[in-house]
Amino acid sequence: MHNLTIPIQDQTIRELKVGDTVALSGVMITGRDAAHKWMVETFIKKTRDPQGDDQQVYEVLKGILAGGAIYHCGPVVAGLDTHEYRFVAAGPTTSAREEPYQGDVMRHFNIKAVIGKGGMGPKTLAACQEVPGVYLHAIGGAASLIAQSVQRVQTVYKLEFGVPEAMWVIEVRDFPAVVTMDAHGNSLHAEVEARSRDNLERLLARGLR
Amino acid sequence: MQDLTSSFLKLIRLAATDLPPEVERSLRAACERETPGSAAAGALVTILENVGLARQNSTPICQDTGTPIFYVHHPEGWSTRAIRAQIRDATAQATAHAYLRPNAVDSVSGKNSGDNLGDDYFPTIHFEEIEGEGLTADLMLKGGGCENVGAQVSLPSVQLGAGRDLAGVRKVVLDTVHKAQGKGCAPGILGVAVGGDRGSSYYASKEALFRSLEDTNPDPKLAALEDQLTEEANQLDIGPMGFGGQTTVLGVKVKSMHRLPASFFVSVSYMCWAYRRRRMVIDGAEVTYS
Repeated sequence: MHNLTIPIQDQTIRELKVGDTVALSGVMITGRDAAHKWMVETFIKKTRDPQGDDQQVYEVLKGILAGGAIYHCGPVVAGLDTHEYRFVAAGPTTSAREEPYQGDVMRHFNIKAVIGKGGMGPKTLAACQEVPGVYLHAIGGAASLIAQSVQRVQTVYKLEFGVPEAMWVIEVRDFPAVVTMDAHGNSLHAEVEARSRDNLERLLARGLR
Repeated sequence: MQDLTSSFLKLIRLAATDLPPEVERSLRAACERETPGSAAAGALVTILENVGLARQNSTPICQDTGTPIFYVHHPEGWSTRAIRAQIRDATAQATAHAYLRPNAVDSVSGKNSGDNLGDDYFPTIHFEEIEGEGLTADLMLKGGGCENVGAQVSLPSVQLGAGRDLAGVRKVVLDTVHKAQGKGCAPGILGVAVGGDRGSSYYASKEALFRSLEDTNPDPKLAALEDQLTEEANQLDIGPMGFGGQTTVLGVKVKSMHRLPASFFVSVSYMCWAYRRRRMVIDGAEVTYS
């Protein structure tokens, strides 16, 4: 078990290998479909002009994400009426949808850890080698358990994206995950995909019993 | 007609927070099959711990509380308009109680309604009039991750070498499980419909998921197909969460439908391990949940 503290050093990232379990602590931010589209279009590809509080949020994000972690998560949040926010359920969402954006976002903000489920593809794996960074797999559906590692919700940005899509700034302690893509070009997802493809082809060659 | 709003609220809470015992049993059996200390075993241990915690604290098992899909079987004379209004009211209350995440997003504006009430399709409510006095309501909460990995194929498929028969159906299902990898939160449960049109076929694939995980298909040919598919999907070595391992699916449920001579659809609805479904039966003043 590796205990990781945000911000994470390059040396620490390079020591991590596919299959390692980690407990992550520090301040991180949630971001999924709407957030990634917004970050890329507004600040990386700049195909859309910043509007409203976009620029202010960007400045804050740069601080949180440098050496930090982004969590693909759309939480269930209590205290929406009182603004005393509390995560009730907070498991990972499927990361593959961020594949078109993630590598560019990692490089732009110097993100060291992308947390989600289901794994990501070659673009993100390449960024993990360059930045360097890792993909951390949380257990999909284990939402009540993972919410217990969220000590406090500091604040929320882009709540207009909706509760699941907003960017929640959270303090976590011993957030549990497994390294499934490392900074050395290894991906458990690519391995399992290839192995299961061979198994599929063997099965497809057979018929009904 | 009685006001069932508070009963529907309890049904939603149970579905979101209390995994059916048969599903938990199946996950425990899977956990015992995996190699101790493997990533697959670790994932299942975490899953089971989470199931217990969610039940104990009445908090959602998974944060993606999905599309609430209701099937209401009601006696003659009950107002489906009134029941629909009560279900919608209960859904909004469940969201305010944080049993459900606000999940209804306007596809054009991108705006989340905030209370899980969308158009006529959100929540999804099916009504069927039945004989007798009692009302039965089934609810399934189906998350987006697993819904996204479902598939529909019009047979024959040259690519899969799949013809218009049960052998072809088998190939489509195995291919769908392979394509899903861990993205649908394996180990999954597959609802498969054979036949129908595109709409009715997907609809039936979800209905198949209301069957018990532990039952046997009354049609011997389909029962054999279900057993073979479960066994073979578990030989793919995708495993829990796609970490590799012996448990890729917990079960397969196949439903056959009449079709047009020209069409042979196979529709697969993939349900994640968090197989959240509950039933409520109202008979006079008595309300029971299972």
